[in-house]
Amino acid sequence: MKFVIVLVWAFILLFPMLGIEGGRFVWDRVLKVMAVITAAGMLVLIYHYFLKGLSFRPKTFDASTKYRPPRKLLIGLGLAGVLALPWIADNYTCDIAINVLIYISLGLGLNIVIGLAGLLDLGYIAFYAVGAYTYALLNTNFGVPFWLALPVGCVISAGVGAFIGYPTLKMRGDYLAIVTLGFGEIIRIVLNNWDSVTKGPNGILGIKAPGLFYPVVENGSIAFAHLYLKNLIWMYYLILAIAVLIMLAVYRLNTSRIGRAWMAVREDETAAELTGIHTTRMKLYAYMLGAIFAGFAGAFFAAKVRYVNPSSFIFLESALVLCIVVLGGMGSIRGIIIGAVAIIVLPEMFRGLALYRMAAFGGAMTAMMVFRPEGLLPAKRKAQEVEMERKTANIS
Amino acid sequence: MEVFFQQIINGLTLGSIYALIALGYTMVYGIIQLINFAHGEIFTAGGYIGVIVLSFMQARGVLDTHPFLGLLLAFILAMIYCAFLAVALETVAYRPLRGASRLALLLSALGMSIFLSNGMMLAQGVYDKAYPHFFTSGGFEVGGVIVTNMQVFIIIGSVLLMVGLNLFVNRTRLGKAMRSTAQDRVMSAILGINANKTIVTTFVIGAVLAAAAGVMVGLYYGSVRFDMGFIPGIKAFSAAVLGGIGNLTGAMLGGMIIGMVEIFAAGYLASEYKDVFAFIILILVLYFRPTGIMGEQVDDTRV
Repeated sequence: MKFVIVLVWAFILLFPMLGIEGGRFVWDRVLKVMAVITAAGMLVLIYHYFLKGLSFRPKTFDASTKYRPPRKLLIGLGLAGVLALPWIADNYTCDIAINVLIYISLGLGLNIVIGLAGLLDLGYIAFYAVGAYTYALLNTNFGVPFWLALPVGCVISAGVGAFIGYPTLKMRGDYLAIVTLGFGEIIRIVLNNWDSVTKGPNGILGIKAPGLFYPVVENGSIAFAHLYLKNLIWMYYLILAIAVLIMLAVYRLNTSRIGRAWMAVREDETAAELTGIHTTRMKLYAYMLGAIFAGFAGAFFAAKVRYVNPSSFIFLESALVLCIVVLGGMGSIRGIIIGAVAIIVLPEMFRGLALYRMAAFGGAMTAMMVFRPEGLLPAKRKAQEVEMERKTANIS
Repeated sequence: MEVFFQQIINGLTLGSIYALIALGYTMVYGIIQLINFAHGEIFTAGGYIGVIVLSFMQARGVLDTHPFLGLLLAFILAMIYCAFLAVALETVAYRPLRGASRLALLLSALGMSIFLSNGMMLAQGVYDKAYPHFFTSGGFEVGGVIVTNMQVFIIIGSVLLMVGLNLFVNRTRLGKAMRSTAQDRVMSAILGINANKTIVTTFVIGAVLAAAAGVMVGLYYGSVRFDMGFIPGIKAFSAAVLGGIGNLTGAMLGGMIIGMVEIFAAGYLASEYKDVFAFIILILVLYFRPTGIMGEQVDDTRV
């Protein structure tokens, strides 16, 4: 059957890589991997032939009589959990939560570029790098505080976004991907080699955390004391505020005129142009807005870790953010939250299998595209589109 | 002045390698409009198989007595393995998405690229894997320019492979089927050409060329690494676009140009930024002449 053919192919592909070492044939690794593949295949076959048609619910089940807690209660509990997290969890969990929130911000920014405007951007991490390095350079060279550097970083990120977006305006989707990939790599190589400004691979140290002035009563008059928000709890609330702001922005953009213009450009650019949408401007807006959100996240990253160097901004990170958007569901905020949680939390839970992480993500991305291209939790419209595509795909 | 001619020889060598990889990209794009991101990984796999075969033979002591047989065997086995890999890739990741949107195909290709490169890292380790030193030495001098045996071998070998490819595509029935499917897939299917078999043939030929390039790179630079396919892959795709995507002679020309530009820029301008030049050329070409130097040949029929 097909299963045997799959096993034979797997053996042919795996044996030369795993089974030949220094003049002898070594069978143990090959057999181990073949055993895993056989077991997985057996499970798939069992599911396919025996379990698929079964239904475990009683036939007279009536959805309306099932008890569901009121929605507001669930939302309230969720919000309370998110707000109280840094107090009830240890430093490790808090750090993971901060990472998740950073990647949620990045995912939402990339969602605007890919999910809403349909521009496949593979060099998104470059904007993240620009945001981080802007804050780092401004802080270490000129002593600019975080809150002032944030808008400056946003403006510079937007500028870089427009600069990268401008040559790609007339390109086809496939070329766009490679060109944005090239831009991402160019920025990383420049950051790595421009020793006089960015200190190359050594990175920039000694970035200050965000500071806060708060009023103190001293000798009967009000003075202002300064506090550096280095504490993990402050950091968590800061990134939470950033992520919530971005979520609000994306939610409002989805239903705004600009959002609908983006979706029109994504579906059919010529038709959008003909209906009066300025496609050039809309595409530039998409790049700039995505870059601004990544700049936010980048500046926060620089302030939290207080050290930046180019190896945090490799292509693999871009692919990771792409994974988040694609696996979670393009165009939906909840999907991206789930995707970011999955991509950050799952490797932490399976720390022992850390070597297999990227291979698993690659395989998962391909499997998602083959079996469920709309993602885990897609936006309603996207799910309908994929359904239509599935029905008409057999024609071509 | 000798430096100039030396750089020309180096550029030709690197250019032929990029040309071989670019041919794979351009053929696959011409036939199914997909940027096969995983092609760089097939190139890496070819290099790995070459080093595995040669190390095996060296450990058995066969390499000293039959060097050229060993080289030939390395090439052939690498080509066979990469052909299998490419067919598996196409069946698993690209065929189910045949009618789907471009985005889905691209993401599937990207996922496969990440999966294969990390898979090779898991199988073979993160360190460089060195080729036996037997072949990498020796050369001759022509008027002050040092030309190594390996460079001559690479240039002549790639020329032979490219000539072979040209003959195959232009003189055989399968080649004609490939050209016809690339031009108009629906019509070719109506005329009785099996689209699946043709597409698989395209992948196989691209993989064979990439495998040869992989073994050559391993012999030339002395070692292979699991992520050595990523940057050359992007540069080779830039070369394919430069020459006109879907156009075989364009890919060969583009590969040579990118190789030359990289060597000359690294020699005369700045060597840390040598990767950047290929991207800059790509962006400039796509901005000013998107169809490439020799014009693109893709399936542009609209149903």
